[in-house]
Amino acid sequence: MRLFYNRKKSAKTSVCFVLAAALFSCTFPASCAPKTDAGTTSDSLVVLNYGKYLDETVIRMFEEETGIDVKLEEYESPEEMYTKFKAGSISYDVVCTSDYMIQRLISEGEVNEIDFSHFSYYENLDPDIIEASKIFDPESKYSMPYFYGTLGILYNPAIVSPEKVKTWKVLWDENFRDSVIMQNSVRDTFVPALRLLGYDINTENADELSGALELLIRQKPIVYAYYVDETADEMVAGNAAMALVYSGEAAYAKELNDELAYSVPEEGSNLWIDSWFIPKSCRNQENAEKFLDFLCRGDAAMLNFEYVWYGTPNLEVIAQLDEETRSDETIFPPSEVLADCKVFQQYGQETTALCSYLWKKLKSE
Amino acid sequence: MRRLMRQLLAGPYLVWIAGFIILPVGVILYYAFTTADGAFTFAHIAAIADPVHVKSILLSLKLGLSCTVVCLLLAYPLAMILSSFRFRHQSFVVFLFILPMWMNFMLRILSWRLILANSGIINALLVRLGFGPVKLLNTPATVVFGMVYDFLPFMILPIYNSMTRIKDDIIEAARDLGAGNLTILAKIIFPLTVSGIISGIIMVFVPALTSFVISDLLGGGKVLLIGNVIEQEFMQGTNWNLGSGLSVVLMIFVIASMAVMNIFDKDGGGAAVW
Repeated sequence: MRLFYNRKKSAKTSVCFVLAAALFSCTFPASCAPKTDAGTTSDSLVVLNYGKYLDETVIRMFEEETGIDVKLEEYESPEEMYTKFKAGSISYDVVCTSDYMIQRLISEGEVNEIDFSHFSYYENLDPDIIEASKIFDPESKYSMPYFYGTLGILYNPAIVSPEKVKTWKVLWDENFRDSVIMQNSVRDTFVPALRLLGYDINTENADELSGALELLIRQKPIVYAYYVDETADEMVAGNAAMALVYSGEAAYAKELNDELAYSVPEEGSNLWIDSWFIPKSCRNQENAEKFLDFLCRGDAAMLNFEYVWYGTPNLEVIAQLDEETRSDETIFPPSEVLADCKVFQQYGQETTALCSYLWKKLKSE
Repeated sequence: MRRLMRQLLAGPYLVWIAGFIILPVGVILYYAFTTADGAFTFAHIAAIADPVHVKSILLSLKLGLSCTVVCLLLAYPLAMILSSFRFRHQSFVVFLFILPMWMNFMLRILSWRLILANSGIINALLVRLGFGPVKLLNTPATVVFGMVYDFLPFMILPIYNSMTRIKDDIIEAARDLGAGNLTILAKIIFPLTVSGIISGIIMVFVPALTSFVISDLLGGGKVLLIGNVIEQEFMQGTNWNLGSGLSVVLMIFVIASMAVMNIFDKDGGGAAVW
């Protein structure tokens, strides 16, 4: 399901392959063998994560130090994770996914509490990010932040001046007719409109959402296309001047074309947090907590940061970074930007249906 | 005994029909007429009257018809030229028209995106020539173009086939009796190729009406066809009931268009395709 959110990971083409391989290698033995295989209970850990979102070296280090055998499973979208997870053919021990999906799973009673008092490195994590996570995990007892980022504008400074992208209004600027790319997902594309009107991005008020829709309908003639996965590549190819993207996608685009720049407008935006949680299906809570604690450790977190290149909440890693990386605002949004950004909350069923309808209305205009 | 054996040969196909045609249609009908809780309802069928859905089905009809007309205008003269060629490698020329179909159509459509994009190949040439970039991609016209590109062979082949069936004797006889070229075309060739035209129209119009991939890839998410609405309901909105309801309505449109075509198709050539 890409309609509502598009939390793009850096994983690109190989994801499908990895996934297919993972499906083959793992669902088969799992469906043949009984779920609670005594031989693997004590010293193995099944990890479910986004594709290419964890450095293999970290896993090997963890295996060597603890003797726990780690099996990594990967997925592409939170909805796919949900389907895999709910299918129940594999008992996952520890899972990483996005904020709103964790909220959904917590509300469904699928998540175990994590006892952070067993952790040695939990203090490495930025308290601000833990605080921001409270929107989906109010007591900070179900989840542990892993990476985070923002939603903003990826732009070509040769065409759009950096002054202009300080506000979402630039996405409505007639001068950029046919060179604005929006996200092909309701909630992402609604963020600029809601913020321009001064509404909360989590609003479930039908009037406010309709107001945002009107604004987006007015914007449609200017929009070049509503894209999802292609956005970064289209920007790199120079097919548009601006695009609404997640910071991860922006970092990927900048890697391919260093002329591009990224900005989070002043009106505020969405902050996304990918976090780890321990599901009810976990067979060994102690090992799962050991694994999460290990991920907080400076050296492991550093390896993962260098592999993924998203904003890390690990303060020890940040302290070791060179000045240039630390001040890269695409990766680490400055605190005044973060102050205006909010994490998405899962919509209720009624609002979900309403948004689905508003989306069709926008597209049919 | 022998007859029974012969009938058994149809077995695999019957299993195929039951499993992959009748069962899925039954499931779609079930979803279309029930709510999420399983209660009976007409709401998902009636949902077609919603302004958003009306708009998208009208757009689908409009683009589908445009595509069919363009295909017909391109294919008919072409089929005539092809069938009037009298050289040894005639079948090779026909083969050339089928050749693109060997490549996955998604890839071919995707390559059009590279050609038509804002900084694509055509625009790069235009800028070089001083005409400035022109908006080529992500318009309804582009979607029609993509459909024509994809479905043209389905129009050419049936018309070409019906033309090759016309015997030279008939044309010669007409000439002997003093008919001019136009008369021959109007009174002989056209009536004898009607069945081919009908097959061509059905084979182009039906997929164009129900298409959603081409409008997605060449429309940049800005062209919402009824196929896209259905896809959204299934894949993203997770409202399978509404998606099925709209699918049933679309099926009615398809059946109706085929019924209309069958009225014109006197010798049943069109129906033979299906």
